[in-house]
Amino acid sequence: MGYPHKSHPRETPILSKHFGEPEARTLEGWKARGGYKALQQALYLEPTAIQDLVKASGLRGRGGAGFPTGLKWSFMKPDGKQHYLCCNADESEPGTFKDREIMRWTPHALIEGVAIGALAIYADTAYIYIRGEFTEPIRVMEAALAEARAAGIIGPNAMGSGKKLEIFVHRGAGAYICGEETALMNSIEGKRGNPRIKPPFPAVAGLFGKPTTINNVETLAAVPHILNNGAEWYKAMCLSSPKSTGSKLISVCGNVAKPGNYEITLGFPFKEFLYDLCGGPPAGRKFKAIIPGGSSVPVITIEEAESVRMDYEGFLEVGTMLGSGGCIIFDDAQNMPRQLARLARFYAHESCAQCTQCREGTAWMTKILERIVAGQGTFEDLDTIFELSENMTGKTICVLSDSCGAPVTSGIRKFRGEFEALITGRRSSTIAMAGAAVGAR
Amino acid sequence: MSEQKLVNLTIEGRQVAVPEGTMILEAAKQAGVLIPHYCYHPGLPVAGVCRMCLVEVEKMPKLAPSCATAVGEGQVVHVYSEKALEARKGVLELLLINHPLDCPICDQAGECELQDYTFQEGRADSRYREPKRFNPVEDFGGDVLYVTNRCILCTRCVRFMDDVHQDPVLCVSERGDRAMIAKAPDADLTQPWAANVIDLCPVGALVSKDFLNKARAWELDRTASVCTGCSQGCNSILETRDNVVVRQKPRSNEDVNKFYLCDAGRLDYRWMNRADRLEVPKIALAGALSPVDWEIAYAEAAKALAGKRAYVVASPKLSNEALFLLKRLITKTGGEGAFRCATGPEAPLPGVKDLALRADRAPNVQGAELLGFARRDADVLSGLKDGDVLVLADDVLEGVDAAASAVAKASAVIVVGTTLPLHLPKVAAALPIANVAEEEGTFTNLRGRVQRYLQAKAAPGLARPSWYALADLATAVGADSNACTLPSATFAELAASEPAFAGLSYDLIGLRGATVAGAGAGAA
Repeated sequence: MGYPHKSHPRETPILSKHFGEPEARTLEGWKARGGYKALQQALYLEPTAIQDLVKASGLRGRGGAGFPTGLKWSFMKPDGKQHYLCCNADESEPGTFKDREIMRWTPHALIEGVAIGALAIYADTAYIYIRGEFTEPIRVMEAALAEARAAGIIGPNAMGSGKKLEIFVHRGAGAYICGEETALMNSIEGKRGNPRIKPPFPAVAGLFGKPTTINNVETLAAVPHILNNGAEWYKAMCLSSPKSTGSKLISVCGNVAKPGNYEITLGFPFKEFLYDLCGGPPAGRKFKAIIPGGSSVPVITIEEAESVRMDYEGFLEVGTMLGSGGCIIFDDAQNMPRQLARLARFYAHESCAQCTQCREGTAWMTKILERIVAGQGTFEDLDTIFELSENMTGKTICVLSDSCGAPVTSGIRKFRGEFEALITGRRSSTIAMAGAAVGAR
Repeated sequence: MSEQKLVNLTIEGRQVAVPEGTMILEAAKQAGVLIPHYCYHPGLPVAGVCRMCLVEVEKMPKLAPSCATAVGEGQVVHVYSEKALEARKGVLELLLINHPLDCPICDQAGECELQDYTFQEGRADSRYREPKRFNPVEDFGGDVLYVTNRCILCTRCVRFMDDVHQDPVLCVSERGDRAMIAKAPDADLTQPWAANVIDLCPVGALVSKDFLNKARAWELDRTASVCTGCSQGCNSILETRDNVVVRQKPRSNEDVNKFYLCDAGRLDYRWMNRADRLEVPKIALAGALSPVDWEIAYAEAAKALAGKRAYVVASPKLSNEALFLLKRLITKTGGEGAFRCATGPEAPLPGVKDLALRADRAPNVQGAELLGFARRDADVLSGLKDGDVLVLADDVLEGVDAAASAVAKASAVIVVGTTLPLHLPKVAAALPIANVAEEEGTFTNLRGRVQRYLQAKAAPGLARPSWYALADLATAVGADSNACTLPSATFAELAASEPAFAGLSYDLIGLRGATVAGAGAGAA
């Protein structure tokens, strides 16, 4: 269901089916809803069988990159080493709040998914890394884990199978970058959450130097459903590109009538999603721009958005990405320079400070944008931003620096008029600021 | 050593073959190409954060950080392609946007990699129009001052303290452009090797309080030397300005000290500039020491030694050459030689094998022992017999208990040294010699490694190099040393007559050192 709204008939409630039902949080309530059947089955399957099943389902990483999950798991070989599974529940991408709801309402779904994921990669230990700000989800997850452990579902003898399965919750300290998989591992290890140089890739040397796989919450939560209903069932959920299958939670925020989480089948038409499911723009306004996949992806105009099919390929066609599915919507009352300056400021604040381009570049870009918003910009500034963004792209350890440039440069390209209005003084910066205040509502 | 697989690649059109697993940056060095870099340092774990060493590798989609990209068979690397130059230019611009550009008052100016690479590859101007970030200077304790604004966050200092010194007191604090190097509370950089962070810092962020505002880097003359602080024999560079030693820095030697020099060693140079030197030869005339010509001083010393046994107290800070000539004197007169050596607690650098500030705080203890001098420390005068001539070779007997009464046994005292002993009667002749900074010579370190040091400044007055003065003295007493016309010739004589040094020569020792017979493979 589109919590906190009632489920829309055109949604595909699979992961979100039990959102809003307090009993679903308990082990008893979850079992009554068909929980842990998939794990029971997985405990007696060969890891390669689970990998093959997930490969066949077409499930792709829901954290943003969209890497095929089964393929990722197949990098883990039975080499006799300690393996780890990390569940990335950092969900730090601005505009994204789907994992939060999964953990809040269906913690056992995640535990089951994590357990199956661990089995699939020859791991007996898994960590769920939850961002520090998620106080309620942490509480819920820890209570659910305690229940599952007490019931023997996880522990030294998982569900009586004789297999060891340990799951720990690790609480982050509040850093965006800890959602990057290698920074996440450093954070679990107790180090500063700095991304690591790849190679070595986590599948070779990850957490504590051991082969590790990192999966997003939504990805893992989908796995039990694939085991229960079969790969064909999952694969059949597809409305457009055959490379994008299954359901996807979309977090919608910003200037929209009904913000919240919506679960759709991949390939759903974006226009109908925006106007039908989400109820269109607030009264008296028009949609202007959308960042469809969490703040790191390029901005698209509403005209571009209306033709898009919501899947990995569809968004790529208009030069943006499905990303994490965090949909940030701006209406015509918003001042784009101000919005993008705010976004850049976020990245400048969160840069881990390792790579020069990111540490200095994000801050510089923010300062230029804020100066433009304050009415002190020049046309050269726009050129500088493009050159700076070019310099910040593809040259650093992780992609935070790229992620700062992408929405800003796409925003300038698509809303250049608004920037020029501020530069030439045709639009007063006080109004730009005021518009921002409305946006921050 | 096991057979290593070699990988062939082309760097800037030059073919090189390097062992598998070598990083492109190191391979490029072998091809004669220095790829600009900041965070990479051969003695530290790779961080890959400055992004300065980006190069273009054919068939790779993105520019590769050459410090963290291993070589591959058939790779073609372009260091100076337009794409690579553009990327590095971008890094340099970004490194400078918050940099204070205070080169005129920065100690690092002239030896600063930020200056060098900006000059080489950077932009002529900056497009930065915003206010610069500002942070105050912080005293890191010990000899280290942190000028936050100049820091480029390469983290060499952090990695040195973490991995080499293994006392992780430094870290990167804060995020984004607010980041800076921070020190653990109540942990000053007073660890015995901590000041190496100053040399490791590629810019002027970590500077030496000792050297602060003392000289400009381009005014200095640099001379290869060996630290005299202990028996480790760390290779060093003596930096002089106007005939004054102003700084001692490590000189890298893979077999001895890698890239490092301990704090005690690096700050132990002021004595080389002492002003109260023995500058002219002197002999006792009418109860007082009077300046005379060198030949007269030699003759006077020879006269005192005639028919007497020489009891030589030699400083273990003397060169092998000087000690060898003293040995000739001893042999000729049937005397004996002894030495004493100051000691202190040993302070190892944990991350480097067999590197420590050694307990013996003199550079040539091993050489003195190999040349037959007996270590007697506090009892250094115990072998002095009635009627002996006491030869004080740069040891003024400071701190030796009852030195005056022991010396009373001697028929005469001959001083061959940089300074005169105080309150010692019976000095027949005093021969002024140069100190380590003023002459050429060799020391033998505790692993039997013979290492050369060169002359960094002029000796005061009429002082002569120790090998020179001692060769003349030996000749004067009848031990013909006329062949010792140069330090190298003196060493050749030494190598010819001392089995331990057999086969060694200045040419062979070079500036990296060579090991005496029977000492094994150096730092084994």
